Amino acid sequence: MDFRDSPEEAAFRKEIREWLEANIPADWDRSQLSLIPPEDRVDMLRDWQRRLHEGGWAGISWPKEYGGRGATLIEQAIFNQEVARQKAPPPINVIGLGMAGPTIINHGSHEQKNRYLEKILSAEEIWCQGFSEPGAGSDLAGLRSTAILDGDSWIINGQKVWTSLAHVSQWCIFLARTDTTAPKHKGITYFLVDMSSPGIEVRPLRQITGSADFNEMFFTDVRVPRESILGEVNDGWRIAMTTLLHERGTLGFALSVGARVALDELIGLARETKKNGKPAFEDPTIRQRLASLHVEVESLRLNNYRALTGFMKSGMPGPEGSLSKLIWSESMQRLGDLAVEILGPAGMLERWDANPRVNTWQFIHLRSRGHTIEAGTSEILRNIVAERVLGLPKHK
Amino acid sequence: MDFGFTEEQEALRKSAREFLTDRSTTGLVRDLMASKTGFDEKLWKEMADLGWMGTAIAEEDGGLGLSLIELAILVEEMGRALLPSPFYSSVGLAAPVIAATADGALRKTLLGGIASGELRATVAIPEEEGRWDAAGIKAKATPVDGGYKLSGTKVFVPDAHLADEIVVVARTGKTKDPREGISLFLVPTSDRKVKVKTLDTIDRTRRLALVKIGGVEVPVDRRLGPEGGAWPLLERALDHSATVLAAEATGLATKVLELSRDYAKERTQFDKPIGAFQAISHRIADMLVLTENARSTTYYAAWAIEEGVPDAALAAATAKVAASEAARVVSQGGMQVHGGIGFTWEHDMHLYYRRAKWVEMFLGDPSIWRERVASLFA
Ligand SMILES: Cc1cc2nc3c(=O)[nH]c(=O)nc-3n(C[C@H](O)[C@H](O)[C@H](O)COP(=O)(O)OP(=O)(O)OC[C@H]3O[C@@H](n4cnc5c(N)ncnc54)[C@H](O)[C@@H]3O)c2cc1C
Ligand SMILES: Cc1cc2nc3c(=O)[nH]c(=O)nc-3n(C[C@H](O)[C@H](O)[C@H](O)COP(=O)(O)OP(=O)(O)OC[C@H]3O[C@@H](n4cnc5c(N)ncnc54)[C@H](O)[C@@H]3O)c2cc1C
Repeated sequence: MDFRDSPEEAAFRKEIREWLEANIPADWDRSQLSLIPPEDRVDMLRDWQRRLHEGGWAGISWPKEYGGRGATLIEQAIFNQEVARQKAPPPINVIGLGMAGPTIINHGSHEQKNRYLEKILSAEEIWCQGFSEPGAGSDLAGLRSTAILDGDSWIINGQKVWTSLAHVSQWCIFLARTDTTAPKHKGITYFLVDMSSPGIEVRPLRQITGSADFNEMFFTDVRVPRESILGEVNDGWRIAMTTLLHERGTLGFALSVGARVALDELIGLARETKKNGKPAFEDPTIRQRLASLHVEVESLRLNNYRALTGFMKSGMPGPEGSLSKLIWSESMQRLGDLAVEILGPAGMLERWDANPRVNTWQFIHLRSRGHTIEAGTSEILRNIVAERVLGLPKHK
Repeated sequence: MDFGFTEEQEALRKSAREFLTDRSTTGLVRDLMASKTGFDEKLWKEMADLGWMGTAIAEEDGGLGLSLIELAILVEEMGRALLPSPFYSSVGLAAPVIAATADGALRKTLLGGIASGELRATVAIPEEEGRWDAAGIKAKATPVDGGYKLSGTKVFVPDAHLADEIVVVARTGKTKDPREGISLFLVPTSDRKVKVKTLDTIDRTRRLALVKIGGVEVPVDRRLGPEGGAWPLLERALDHSATVLAAEATGLATKVLELSRDYAKERTQFDKPIGAFQAISHRIADMLVLTENARSTTYYAAWAIEEGVPDAALAAATAKVAASEAARVVSQGGMQVHGGIGFTWEHDMHLYYRRAKWVEMFLGDPSIWRERVASLFA
């Protein structure tokens, strides 16, 4: 047990730190703390990721032959920490980096890896995740989009919803039913779909925060080449599980560092905001809640360290990732609640020129309501923890 | 960065689990609950022979010179097994206080004695007001020729009836800052002017006592640490002690979680195992979250204290909050999952719950430790 950096890790950290100091765009307001970057920052964030890639900082734990750095997951974690500590912008291609890429690395052919991975890292091609449908959210295997083989191409029809970043994506990981007679988990195939294919319509959906970061997508007779599938026909469910493990594990890892940054900001807010004439930080009930949040966020950090050990051995995140995502999302909501309470009456405003912190905290607060829904609702994650981690009987 | 245990540490855990599973049964716990002193001399000796009391005591002080991490591993296993023993009061509480304050020959005698199991000690902090902070210390030590005269009433002193020595926290000077003017004295329970009365304690295997000190004369060489300046040293030692409690709470929570999980698989109602109902399975999932939080924060605290890193005190406070709340909430959940049977005297659930409650409140309830967390924010 040693929580300090090894000499190599320390050198690595120093290198990142210096690079970030020199490269974080000056106009970045460092208030971004959410999973999906808001729509108005897309161009800036795309440039940022390109710069990260040029610096060799995208895909740190990905194999070198596909443009990654071939470094360890610990080094990836150090990178995440430094990015969070310096409040650097997030990479735009979160779904490519956190989900599509790792799934292609796990299940893709050599050609597919060559074709897709480097462009994910450079953000030349942004990815989205077309899993959820109007009738298939938590019960993802109930999806009804179909793909039928017609000569050398598949013809896809169906509707997807809540597709983050679809409006700026070039590619989509897409699940469709290829055998309608098989049991529901058995007839699904995993597609890599070119978003410029004719027949795809993307309609933005506005979120509670007011920005349109996700979309609905309509696929009408969309023709994609026969080789656009990942893995085998009708084996898509198993592959989708890899994606979801990475969504909750790999991505969750990076997010937990953001929770620390947010909490430190919140402590700052409590010190600087007056409540009944005194700094809110002096109010015992606020101190208790800040301390509780510290305990949660610290637990999250340390649980992740512990999980890293297993992750390092297996190369795959375990179902414990569901635990992290669960704690993270609920902590972020408590954090948002407390922030708005500390703001006092200004917590009723959505934006306020007199105090720009209102804008940031209100965004974090409202955005956090989605955290317990996206990437597996808290109820579904509790099911997973109960059934796969604890071995309790399946519900129903 | 490495959050793993060494092979030796894993082996220590394994042998501790085997020993405690065999020896610290709930049958023994129940016998000791009903006994006069709650103490099993034979078991104490066996643990002493294993060297357990000396785990985290330095070699030059007569211990094994391992670290707080090894001690936490042992104590976690003790928590699982509900070990009835003054191990915590002597090894987890008195030893770090003595290690932080005593020197010379006395240090060797005390720590060597604790390490070998031949001497048992405890620490007396709160008084009738029930405060754990410096302002609550009213017991008085007045200088007399060659030493001090000590008077006061201490309450909630763990295992005082089993201890040879009590470290008494007293006031030697009146100052504006209550943290100043505090000194520690080593008082033998054999002194006729020390009266120990055990209290009806929620965990009957870990009795708290009322200790009346009526003008005991303490020679100057039995003062531990500087006169008037002992509070900061005590506070640091209590970080260590709180981490030991957190380890015990972690073990306890883990055991209750396992019992509840197993029961939820076996117990059938409405033609299904109750674990198939989300009201139960989600509750158990939350119990797992708390238990994992307890484990992670506890071992980090043990490491941080051992290495003396800057956030050690914050880490200890964090662990105390996380683990003691986990033990309480998990054992409450465990009781609920068990239904009527978990509410009975015969079922073991209340034994865990009683211990959890003791561990949660000792050294200060979670609100006190959360306040400490907040006071340590950068
Ligand atoms: C901000 C945001 C971004 C998203 N981005 C994407 C994306 O990029 N790509 C994508 O494919 N999807 C995305 N989603 C969709 C997300 O994955 C789904 O919203 C989620 O899986 C829940 O599905 P649903 O909305 O249909 O809710 P439902 O599944 O209808 O759930 C409604 C409620 O019922 C509960 N429930 C359902 N089943 C159970 C059960 N078995 N036990 C207990 N409770 C249950 C749920 O927990 C929830 O509280 C995003 C969602 C959000 C909020
Ligand atoms: C103090 C006390 C006094 C009592 N007095 C009497 C009395 O005078 N007369 C009498 O007849 N009985 C009495 N009882 C018994 C009491 O009614 C039962 O304990 C209670 O109905 C629960 O049944 P059980 O103990 O078998 O637990 P179980 O039914 O086995 O339940 C175990 C756990 O599973 C949960 N569970 C079970 N089914 C479901 C479900 N469908 N969905 C979600 N969760 C579920 C329960 O909520 C509980 O948490 C008493 C109990 C107590 C504690």
